[in-house]
Amino acid sequence: MSSLQFDIAHLLAGSLVLASFMMLYQDRLYALLNVYALHAGVLALSVAWQAYVQHAPHLYVTALIALVFKAIIIPVALHRIIKRLGIHREIENVIGIGLTMMAGIGLVALSMVVMLRVTPSADALAREDLAFALSVVLLGLLIMVTRRNAVSQVVGFMSLENGLVLAATGAKGMPLVVEISVAFSVLIAFIVIGVFLFRIRERFDSVDVQELDRFRGERR
Amino acid sequence: MSIDALSAILLIPALSAAVLAILPGYRLTAKLNVAASLATFLTSLSLFVVEPVSGQYLLMDDLNKVFIVLTTFVSLTTSVFSASYIQHEIETGRLTPAFLRFYHAMYQTLMFAMNLALVANNIGLMWVAVEVATLTTVLMVGIYRTHEALEAAWKYFILGSVGIALALFGTILVYMAARPVVGEGLDGMVWTVLVKHAAKFDPALLNVAFAFLLLGYGTKVGLAPLHAWLPDAHAEGPTPISAVLSGLLLNVALYALLRFKMMLAVNSAAIAPGPLMVTMGLISVIFAALMLYRRRDIKRMFAYSSIEHMGIIVFAFGMGGPLANFAGLLHMTMHSLTKSAIFFAVGHIAQVKGTQKIADISGLTVTNPALGWGLMLGVIAIVGLPPLGIFMSEFLVVSSTFARAPWLTVILVLGIIIALGGLLLRIGAVMFGEPKGRTAPAEASYVPMFTHLGLVLMAGIYLPPVLVTGFQNVAKLLG
Repeated sequence: MSSLQFDIAHLLAGSLVLASFMMLYQDRLYALLNVYALHAGVLALSVAWQAYVQHAPHLYVTALIALVFKAIIIPVALHRIIKRLGIHREIENVIGIGLTMMAGIGLVALSMVVMLRVTPSADALAREDLAFALSVVLLGLLIMVTRRNAVSQVVGFMSLENGLVLAATGAKGMPLVVEISVAFSVLIAFIVIGVFLFRIRERFDSVDVQELDRFRGERR
Repeated sequence: MSIDALSAILLIPALSAAVLAILPGYRLTAKLNVAASLATFLTSLSLFVVEPVSGQYLLMDDLNKVFIVLTTFVSLTTSVFSASYIQHEIETGRLTPAFLRFYHAMYQTLMFAMNLALVANNIGLMWVAVEVATLTTVLMVGIYRTHEALEAAWKYFILGSVGIALALFGTILVYMAARPVVGEGLDGMVWTVLVKHAAKFDPALLNVAFAFLLLGYGTKVGLAPLHAWLPDAHAEGPTPISAVLSGLLLNVALYALLRFKMMLAVNSAAIAPGPLMVTMGLISVIFAALMLYRRRDIKRMFAYSSIEHMGIIVFAFGMGGPLANFAGLLHMTMHSLTKSAIFFAVGHIAQVKGTQKIADISGLTVTNPALGWGLMLGVIAIVGLPPLGIFMSEFLVVSSTFARAPWLTVILVLGIIIALGGLLLRIGAVMFGEPKGRTAPAEASYVPMFTHLGLVLMAGIYLPPVLVTGFQNVAKLLG
C-alpha cells in the first residue's frame, strides 16, 4: 500500500473523530443535526476510500447507504420532526462543555492506547481505522450520556453506529452481512424513535428526558 | 435447498408473523398464535429424531438444541397464557384490537429472532438476530403507551442499543483476530470455523473482543452494573412479554456469551473468561438480593429475582468444568420454567386486583386460591426450597463450587439466603394477609402455569436419565 493511500484513509478517519468532537459541543438542535449530517458524509467518504483501497466494490454500496440514508434522509426527517414538535431550542447539557471536551479527549486517548496495543499484527490501515472507530463509538456514548434531550440522545446513538460502520469497513474483507445489518438497524431504530418521539410529545408536551425521570420507575 | 427442521423453526414464526399482521379479529389471531407456537415446538422436538446438517449459516449441536427446545416450549405455553391474558386486556380497554394485531405479529417476530440467534452459525447473523429481538421487545414493552411504559421502553431502547453496539464492536474484533488465520471473507465469521482455528488467533485482540462482548451481551443478560433497563421493562410491559423476556431472551443473550466463551477456551494464551463471569455473576446475585427488600411493585420484584438468577447461572458457567456447567444448564432451565410460571400467575393476579402494588394485593389464598397457591408454589421454587427443581440446581452450583473455591460459596450462599428472605417476607403478606381489593374470580388459564410448576417439581424429585446424559454432553462441550 502506498503511503498516500494510507494518509488519505487516516485523514478521513481522523476527520470523523473531529466531527464527533464538534457534535460534543453543539448546544442547539439544528446545529447538532447539521454536524451529524457532516459526520455521516465524512463516513461515506471514508468508506468509499476503503472500497477503493481494498478493491472491494461492495463497500461502495455501504458508502452510498451512509451518504443517502444517514447524511441526507435522517437529518432531514429529524429536522422536520423537530419543527413539528417545536423544540428547536437550546439543548441542556448535563455537565459543562469544558468538562465534556476533557472527557472526550480522555476517551480518544484511551481508545488509542487500547487498540494500538492489541493490534500490532494487523495491517496499519485496519489498525488506525479501528482505533479511530473506537474513539467515535466512545464519543457517541459520551454524547448520549451528557444530553438530556431525547433527540440529541438519538443523534449520539447514530454517531456511535457510524463508528461501528467505520470499524466494520476497516476490517478487510468482512462480509457484507454486517454492513447491511448496521444500516438496517439504524432504519428500524429510526422508525422506533420516530414513533416514540411523537408518543413522548403526546404524553408530556416535551422531549426532555428529565420529564420522564420524574417517574423513577417505582410506583409510589 | 430443501426445508429441514432447522429452517422450519425459522420459517414458521416468520410466516405466521406476516399472516398475523394482516388478519383482523383477536380471538382468531390469538388461536393462530398458539397454533404457530405449537408447530414450532413440535418441529424443534423433531430435532431429536433427525439431526439436520449444519451449514455455513445455520448450526446444530447439542448446546443449541437444549436452548431451542426450551425456547420453543416456553413460547408455546406463553402463547396459551397470552391468549387468556389478552382477552382480559381487551375487555378492560387497556389494549385495542389494532394494537393486538401488532402484538401478535411482534410475538412471532420475536420467536423468529430468538430462534435465529440460537441456530445462527455466523457471529454476524447472531448479532443481527439479537438486535431484532431487542427492537421487537422495545416496541412491545411500550405498547400500553402509559407514562411508565414509555419511560421503560425508552430506557430499554437506549441501554439495549448501546449494549448491542458494543457487542458488534466485539464481533468485528473477533473477525479481525480470525482474518490472519482463516483468511478474508465469510469464513472469518462462521462460528464452527472460528472455534476450530481459535488456538492460533492473536490472544491480545481476543481479550479486548471478549471485554466488549461481555459488556454488550452482558447488558442483555441483565448482569449487575448493566441491568438498569431490566426491572422497568419487566414491570411495565404486558405480562406475557415479561415472561418471555425473563424466561427466554436473557437466555439467548447468555447463549451468545457462552459461544464466545467456548471460542476463548480453545486459545490458551487468551485470558480465561471464567473469573470475569464469576465476578459479574456474584455482583448480580448480591445486588439483586439486596434490592428485593424494598420493592413495592410485584412484577418489578420478580424482575430483580431474574437478575439474581441470571447471576447464579453466569457464576456457574464462569466456574466451568463438567459439574458446574451441568448445574448452570439445569438452573437456567429451571429458572425459565419457574419464572415464566410466576409471571403467568402475577399477570392474572394483577388483572383481578387491578393493580401491581404489593401493598394493595393481599390475602390471595382466600380470594383466589388457585392463583394464590400457584404463585406461592412458584415462589417456593424460585427461592430454592426443596423439593423443587431450583433447589437441586442451586445445590449443585453451591456444592460444585465448594470443592474449588469455598470463599466464593460463602458469598453466593449469602446472596441466595438474602434473596430468600426478601421474597418470602414480601410474598407472605400477599398470600396470607387480610383480603384486600377486588375478589372477583379470575378467568385465567391455569394450564401453562401448572404445567411449568409440575415440570419443576418433577425435576426436583426425579431427573429423567435422558435429560441427564443430554445435559452432561452439553456440559462437556462447554468445557
